[in-house]
Amino acid sequence: MIFFSFATRNLRRHMVRSFLATLGIVIGVFAIASLGVMGNSINLLAAGLIADVGDTVVITPHTALGGEGFVGDPRTMVAATISEADVDRIERAAGGNPVVAVVEEAADLRVGNEGGYAQVIGLATDDIPDLLDLSEGNYLRPGSPAALVGSVLAEEYGIRAGSRIALGDEEMRVAGVLEERGFAFDINPDYAVVIERDRFREQFPEKKGYDYVVITVADPDEMEGVKAAVENLMNRRDETVDVTDSRESLNQVNEIYDAMGRFLLGIGAVSLVIAAVSILNVMIISVTERRHEIGVMRSIGALRGEVMRMFLYEALVLGIAGSLIGGALSFVGGYVISLAAIAVFTAGTTFAEGATVFDPLSVAYILGAMLFGVVTSVAAGVYPAWQAAQMTPIEALRG
Amino acid sequence: MNEPETIIRFVDVSKIYPLPAGDVVALDHVDLEIEAGEFVAVMGPSGSGKSTLLNLIGCLDTPSSGTLSIKGKDIGTLSDDDLTRLRRDHIGFIFQQFNLIPLLDVIENVEFPRVLKERRSGCDEACLELLDAVGLEPELHTHRPAELSGGQQQRVAIARALINEPEILLADEPTGNLDTKTGEGIMDLLTQMNRRGKTIIMVTHDTNIAAYAHRRVHLVDGRIA
Ligand SMILES: Nc1ncnc2c1ncn2[C@@H]1O[C@H](COP(=O)(O)OP(=O)(O)OP(=O)(O)O)[C@@H](O)[C@H]1O
Ligand SMILES: [Mg+2]
Repeated sequence: MIFFSFATRNLRRHMVRSFLATLGIVIGVFAIASLGVMGNSINLLAAGLIADVGDTVVITPHTALGGEGFVGDPRTMVAATISEADVDRIERAAGGNPVVAVVEEAADLRVGNEGGYAQVIGLATDDIPDLLDLSEGNYLRPGSPAALVGSVLAEEYGIRAGSRIALGDEEMRVAGVLEERGFAFDINPDYAVVIERDRFREQFPEKKGYDYVVITVADPDEMEGVKAAVENLMNRRDETVDVTDSRESLNQVNEIYDAMGRFLLGIGAVSLVIAAVSILNVMIISVTERRHEIGVMRSIGALRGEVMRMFLYEALVLGIAGSLIGGALSFVGGYVISLAAIAVFTAGTTFAEGATVFDPLSVAYILGAMLFGVVTSVAAGVYPAWQAAQMTPIEALRG
Repeated sequence: MNEPETIIRFVDVSKIYPLPAGDVVALDHVDLEIEAGEFVAVMGPSGSGKSTLLNLIGCLDTPSSGTLSIKGKDIGTLSDDDLTRLRRDHIGFIFQQFNLIPLLDVIENVEFPRVLKERRSGCDEACLELLDAVGLEPELHTHRPAELSGGQQQRVAIARALINEPEILLADEPTGNLDTKTGEGIMDLLTQMNRRGKTIIMVTHDTNIAAYAHRRVHLVDGRIA
């Protein structure tokens, strides 16, 4: 392929210039690919981290109006809870769907010589199996003084079913360890100790009411109805509670991730446009410089199409070189980014073990970006190549 | 012997370059016939239209009016690609500036027109014979044009012009950039090619050089004098 070897020789003749033109493509491909990989890694991790949201409605106190003081008083925020009477009303509004009222408090946890602060969650014993899964041991029997321990906490302190722990001054036995749940919109037990609600009341006598109430809605179509009923009953006069549903919250989170991904891809696309302009520039210079040479080729029998092809090969070689370098860098970059994302997003959980650095979609992003780089480069070469082919031999020879 | 065939025929050919300052008439109603196997020298003062005439024969340009037939084809009616193929397969160009392609070595330069014609490369007997015929030493075969003297470059250019075995050789001041002795070497080469049957049309200012040709055509202000 003499035209191809022509192209590569000419590019080699102007090493620095070719390298600079290639750099644009390298950056563009790298930007698109690694940003795509990053977005994808975050999405994947987020999808893994966020608990399988069932269809739950979560009711939290409307903090701004929770207590007596003026609106915004920080004490009212802390004090705001949902009363026993409120829970009864929510039960009525829930129309038969299971309602779980939750209390939480931070407490000093001791396991042997180690210890630290942990979240303590108080639940009615018969509500626990509805919300949480066990990985070992047993659930709590009614009136049991034992505890269930979240997976991350259990891992950190080496707690197993049958271990002994101390919460504040209370010594207790661990009945079971919970399944890892990830980030959820309702209850987050991974770093918590779950005890029976009556025991919780004994241990934290100053705590009144509930922190939040979870309604598990069996039929997704009932979701809106349940939300409206709760709103209607609780918030008719004053805004006393906030009602959110988990699916809606998840959608909001996903939308944020999607928007972020699009933004990152946009940046990559802009850098490819810049790359295209630099290739265009280099090719126009090349055509101008080689006017006379083009004239000679035409006069000894090169067809217009052949001249055009020669310049397109140049753009193609630039594009392929740039895309290969950019692609290789993105593989390295994507690997680092993925590792970093895993480290950041899974800190304190065991999800990192399952997270893959390269899933097929990430590889597809890189290959796609490379293809895009080549196409961009060739497209940028079309006009200069056409210009070279359009010159008449006499024009070219004189120039 | 057969009747000599007319290979190039100008009938009332004019070439006008339209310029903002007014049209330039480079060729003014030229009638001219050249037979196969002739060796013609085109002479005349600077600006008289010699190169214009040669470019028309070489299908690098087409007449503004009149008809020019090359090998029986009216070049005014041919497409750009057809003109290019005619040039590639039947016409060899030799330039005053040699015009070798700087990125290619000697062998590649010589075979380039054949690659264009037959899409095959690789130096073969024909290519080596030609380089031998023009008198280029084998040590120079892998040199780039920039590493050759003017005379050596012109020899390579002649080999390149001959590779596709064209019937017509066009030379625009082929010795214009060479000293007398080297120029004579080139002219001996052209004479030899003419004896082998090539039709040669050569532009020159130099009467000594023109003496190698059988026929001289004088141009003055675009007209044959
Ligand atoms: N592309 C062009 N555009 C405008 N005018 C042109 C063009 N080519 C040639 N001319 C004009 O046509 C006339 C003939 O030019 P040509 O090059 O044929 O002369 P020439 O006989 O070869 O001269 P020289 O001996 O200097 O090479 C000149 O007046 C020249 O200026
Ligand atoms: Mg001239």
